[in-house]
Amino acid sequence: MSISASDKERHWARTRSLMIVHLVIWFIFSFVVHWFAYNLNQFSFIHFPLGFYMAAQGSLIVFVVQLFVFVWQQDRIDRECGMAEEE
Amino acid sequence: MSMFTMRGSFIDNLPKIYGLYTGGFIVFIGLMAVLEQLGLSADTIGILFVAFTIVIYAVIGWLSRTMQVDAYYVAGRQVPAVFNGMATAADWMSGASFVAMAGGIYMGGHAYLAFVVGWTGGYVLVAVLMAPYLRKFGCYTVPDFIGTRYGGNFARFCAVVVLVVASFTYVTAQINATGTIASRALAVPFEVGVWFGLLGIVLCSMLGGMRAVTWTQVAQYIVLIIAYLVPVIWMSNKQGFGFIPQFEYGSAVARLSELEVLQKVGELKPAQAVAGMSALTVPFANPGDSTLSAWRFATLVACMMLGTASLPHILMRYFTTPSVRAARQSVAWSLFFIFLLYFTAPALATLSKLQVLDPTLATSIIGKSIADVNALEWIQKWGNVGYLKIIDSNGDGILQVNEFFMRGDIVVLATPEIAGLPYVISGLVAAGGMAAAMSTADGLLLAIANALSHDLYYKMIDPKAETARRLIVARVLLLVIGVAGAAVASLRLTGILGAVAWAFDFACSGLFFPLVLGVWWKRANRPGAIAGMIAGFVAGSWYLYMVYNGLMAPWLGIDHIRFGIIGMAASLIAMVVVTLATKEPDAETQAMVDEIRIPKGDTYLSSTH
Repeated sequence: MSISASDKERHWARTRSLMIVHLVIWFIFSFVVHWFAYNLNQFSFIHFPLGFYMAAQGSLIVFVVQLFVFVWQQDRIDRECGMAEEE
Repeated sequence: MSMFTMRGSFIDNLPKIYGLYTGGFIVFIGLMAVLEQLGLSADTIGILFVAFTIVIYAVIGWLSRTMQVDAYYVAGRQVPAVFNGMATAADWMSGASFVAMAGGIYMGGHAYLAFVVGWTGGYVLVAVLMAPYLRKFGCYTVPDFIGTRYGGNFARFCAVVVLVVASFTYVTAQINATGTIASRALAVPFEVGVWFGLLGIVLCSMLGGMRAVTWTQVAQYIVLIIAYLVPVIWMSNKQGFGFIPQFEYGSAVARLSELEVLQKVGELKPAQAVAGMSALTVPFANPGDSTLSAWRFATLVACMMLGTASLPHILMRYFTTPSVRAARQSVAWSLFFIFLLYFTAPALATLSKLQVLDPTLATSIIGKSIADVNALEWIQKWGNVGYLKIIDSNGDGILQVNEFFMRGDIVVLATPEIAGLPYVISGLVAAGGMAAAMSTADGLLLAIANALSHDLYYKMIDPKAETARRLIVARVLLLVIGVAGAAVASLRLTGILGAVAWAFDFACSGLFFPLVLGVWWKRANRPGAIAGMIAGFVAGSWYLYMVYNGLMAPWLGIDHIRFGIIGMAASLIAMVVVTLATKEPDAETQAMVDEIRIPKGDTYLSSTH
């Protein structure tokens, strides 16, 4: 069974959009949030200064959850475009 | 033995095998605790912990021996996602993560959290940009991808050079860490400890290559995570922060900040400098309100993250999964297993610092009389080996924050003693640190030896070499590089964390853009990739040399542990400019890129190339 060029293009366009979405989230929690750590420390979250919390734990939780969601989303794209591996 | 000959059933039985192993390890800890109560000496417990775990790893390494190329290079591509996640986590978390990271946060406060963020967020890049595509490609090594995607031996050779420099910098730090721990636990000189550590590392990896390293790394992960979590949870219970301190130490951070004001942290300065040690004079939860401190945080995060996504010993772990889909899942599991340790490190640093600073705790030393503090067992023990020092600079006989000097490296190892936990916990922590350093050293040695044996020897020097010969060459190289690493480590050139950060900078300077653009930019071509690797690597190395030796003032606060910023900028510009100035790659190469972008179908390279 051959794969049609338009299926490939559609698959890659969706894959690329997904990549951009996840890199934007990654950028926010890697850089933007910590840039304002000093100001965030004025607030407190479960007794932590918020800026400290985000660097010690908050961003990490976002990354872990984000990756499991990414795996699920990319799987769906692969299946819907007929690009998934045979089991 | 038979479980390794019946391969299919071995894979199916993995949860049972490692479940039994974990249970066995817990029984061993219990046995040691009982023996301690019966009067077994602390030294003997330390020796038993380290020796017992190393013997187990060596046995796994021996059982996994192989003479097949794909088993040796990529563990036969049948490692399930979750187990590969554990193996990657052990591969990833080095002596620096286990031993030095909490210590860095302890001494340096918020600024050091850049390592915590950088060493986790990099996995988002690995999953989204790299791992699934490299898995589909079907390479054995990272230079294998560069060499085939861009074509030509010179591109392959450049990738081998960057890989060797980055990984060798890293592996000496790991062998150094095994030496430190082995020498403490086994009571031998550091120089002997280094060679002992190397022996353990080589036993795990030499006979079975990637297959042996995979199954020992899973075993090492289990030891290191238990060893990291148990003391923190124990200490937290003693201090009243509950059973899951990671979510409840917020009030400990707040308490620390209050005490720091009373004890004039940030106000009092050390009266003199002590080489290799720092006083407790940096406020813990204060990131600083200057743009420079925010910029320094961001640049360190960037170097560590992009370095993560370029380090060959990590990327090659995802070549071992059964499918592209499993490779992606495996990255998510890796990050989860890493997260368990990394979100604990700041908790450990906080609780351990509170032990020392909080006058309401029996363990505190700040504000106590120096004569009393000097009488404490842990102060004497670590003071005697030159890891901490007390100088009464104002002569009042009372210990202040600027009079207590220590090396951050010892925080994790010394915390059980500081908190007054039984010695069995110290023995457990030593075994965990050993597991962390050995597992990373294994992965790195294998990455270097595989690049030299597969890419340099087989692909470039002798493409007609027989399988047996290839695998013998790979093993000899592994041994030679291990010995070289141990020889350099025994010179003790750098601290653990410094050399590790350099490895990330070298990797991202030379490899990040050629790897990412190889998948995501079809137009990227050979001259561009070569220019990117050379420009990044040379610019980064030059900047490191100039800044580290004080020949030049750092630009914009980019110091020697952040030189990847300079390298990556040079690499990106050179690669894009040269690519656009030269011909686009041929149709065959473009078709190759199309093919690796979809999970469906066979790997691009055949399974035994």
